[in-house]
Amino acid sequence: MAPMTRYVLKRLVLLPALLFLFSVAVFAIVQAPPGDFLTTYVATLASSGSSISAEQVEALRREYGLDRPIWVQYLKWMENLAKGNLGLSLEYQRPNAELIGERLVLTMVLALLSFVFTWVVAIPAGIYSAMHPRSAIDYALTLVNYVGVATPNFMLALVLMWGAFAYLDMSVTGLFSPDFVEAPWSVARVVDLLKHVWLPAVVLGVAGTARLTRVMRANLLDELNKPYVTTARAKGLSEWRLVVRYPARLALNPLVSTIGWYLPALFSGSLIVATVMNLPNIGPLLLRALINQDMYLAGSILLIYCFLTIVGTLISDILLAWLDPRIRFEEGMR
Amino acid sequence: MSVLAPAVPVTAEERVSVASSWRLIWWRFRKHRLALASAVVLIALYVVVLCPDFFSTQDPEATDARLAFIPIQRLHVFDGLHPSPWVPDVAGKRNLTTLRMEWRVDETRRIPVRFFVTGYSYRLLGLVPTRIHLLGAAAADGRARLYLLGTDRLGRDQWSRLVHGTRTSMTIGLTAVTFSVVLGVLLGGISGYCGGPADAVIQRLIELLQSLPTIPIWLALTAALPRDWSPQQVFFAITVILSLVGWTTLGREVRGRFLALREEDFVLAAELAGASQGRIIIRHMVPTFLSHIIATSTLAIPAMIINETSLSFLGLGIRPPAISWGVLLQEAQNIQTVALAPWLLVPGAVVILSVLAFNLVGDGLRDAADPYSQ
Repeated sequence: MAPMTRYVLKRLVLLPALLFLFSVAVFAIVQAPPGDFLTTYVATLASSGSSISAEQVEALRREYGLDRPIWVQYLKWMENLAKGNLGLSLEYQRPNAELIGERLVLTMVLALLSFVFTWVVAIPAGIYSAMHPRSAIDYALTLVNYVGVATPNFMLALVLMWGAFAYLDMSVTGLFSPDFVEAPWSVARVVDLLKHVWLPAVVLGVAGTARLTRVMRANLLDELNKPYVTTARAKGLSEWRLVVRYPARLALNPLVSTIGWYLPALFSGSLIVATVMNLPNIGPLLLRALINQDMYLAGSILLIYCFLTIVGTLISDILLAWLDPRIRFEEGMR
Repeated sequence: MSVLAPAVPVTAEERVSVASSWRLIWWRFRKHRLALASAVVLIALYVVVLCPDFFSTQDPEATDARLAFIPIQRLHVFDGLHPSPWVPDVAGKRNLTTLRMEWRVDETRRIPVRFFVTGYSYRLLGLVPTRIHLLGAAAADGRARLYLLGTDRLGRDQWSRLVHGTRTSMTIGLTAVTFSVVLGVLLGGISGYCGGPADAVIQRLIELLQSLPTIPIWLALTAALPRDWSPQQVFFAITVILSLVGWTTLGREVRGRFLALREEDFVLAAELAGASQGRIIIRHMVPTFLSHIIATSTLAIPAMIINETSLSFLGLGIRPPAISWGVLLQEAQNIQTVALAPWLLVPGAVVILSVLAFNLVGDGLRDAADPYSQ
């Protein structure tokens, strides 16, 4: 286990370095648009007919520190981050942590549900397809999978929303009924959330489900041709037990190791679905912050995404090393 | 000897043994009916890309609020028993309570549809000025309407816009992947062939880029593009942004191949024969995995198309007045509008069709390029 521990430690030491690099990149990106939050703000005011004096703009600019050199602004941001302070949203005039907090929880709930949906559907479907190759159901599943992979998830969301609106006369946007949008957390609110969250979770999970089914089918088909399966069959094991006991577990191996990578991908992916379906998610907040150049809010959200992705990648690598001795050996040798 | 050896190989076995590797791939690819059909779809789409104006029936930019939300006129190929295409006429009346134009399809009044009719002027392939369009309404009164896919809220003809959107979206997919391939082969090649510090730097760079959350970063980058850039500049920038992450997978694969090939006997033989490094790479190493690269990059195009469409849909990719599939789907963002004009979702079907076709062709190519597949 020693090389394994060393490997994990090495990766953990690299984590802050990676985060530092990403923080610089993220800050550069949110800084990149010409002008700053106040130019956008003044433009918005002007388009709505009101105006603000140049002195006021300058005063605000000084107050927010937007007149300082970029590297000072970056250091200020970093200093606050180190203290666990995500800064203040320029647009909402509220602490970023407060804005992000609940939305982050909802983003994670959505991603987790979507993940559960993916696995609960894809693994049995993949196993069935591999056990009955070239059957009618196998072909049907293959067709669904190809279309599932080819459909952008916002397109699926649009079609479902349209169908529900036009034929069932109901609105499937949002995550809460109108009564619960602003309500404090309670059992009733959680129940209400569960009533609404399943549809976006399915929309988000469809492409992943299709991909996973295909991989599971291919992996299992490879395993089923191996001699040990024939031996087990010759010994009279029932077909179902035979498949689930050994080859299915082996076929799952490479999939399990991608979990840590897949979850952050779901966080990122939910951004687009959330915008289309108007979910109170972190996605629409980021989009708005980017467009309005609310740079500390955008920067904080991007950095959270980066953090989740790095941790996810780390988890997958560790899972992979733990599951597959060959990789562990290789890393240990380095 | 030359008398005995047949000049043209006759038996199937002989043909296989002398065929070039490209010919073998083509023979194997040909057996995938679905992949072959998809290839035809893709070729058709790229023909449209070459001269979208020829396939348009109207000027894609022409707006007329009085012609908003005209429904799809179904194209009938036969008039009775004669092959003579026509569409039913539409008649609009303004609803005085909602102030919306309400269109009714009138099956009794037929508008004949003819090939190679004159319409708005454009330049074929950007060179030849012409007014000839593939399809058009031929009506005596000159006010005949042909809206194969209906119109949007500004009365723009959706068929013509879709044709122009196809040009942008299909081109973006192709150029972004070309960029990725160039970067991937170049950097992956350096990494695998040279090894040492170059390898270490490039590998860390790939790891860094791969642990970026792609969609949020793409959004941030596209949001950072200056608002006053021309459509061409935005197009170019989006292409670069998309391929920024796209090249990493390919770079890794190419590196792996180079590492394995470096030790092969034929490389050593070429070195001993005095071939230069460049010649060894281009002439001897790259051809061994070129088919694999082509298959992989075909499979990478659909992801690029979906990403471009999603970005443009959110208003951060290609921007109007430029037209892409994502820009067209922006019109369908409002569900109330879609409920009244479901044909606004048609561009989405085209996205799915093209992605499906690319995936099938890519799968077929991958199987065909694999010398060990059955």
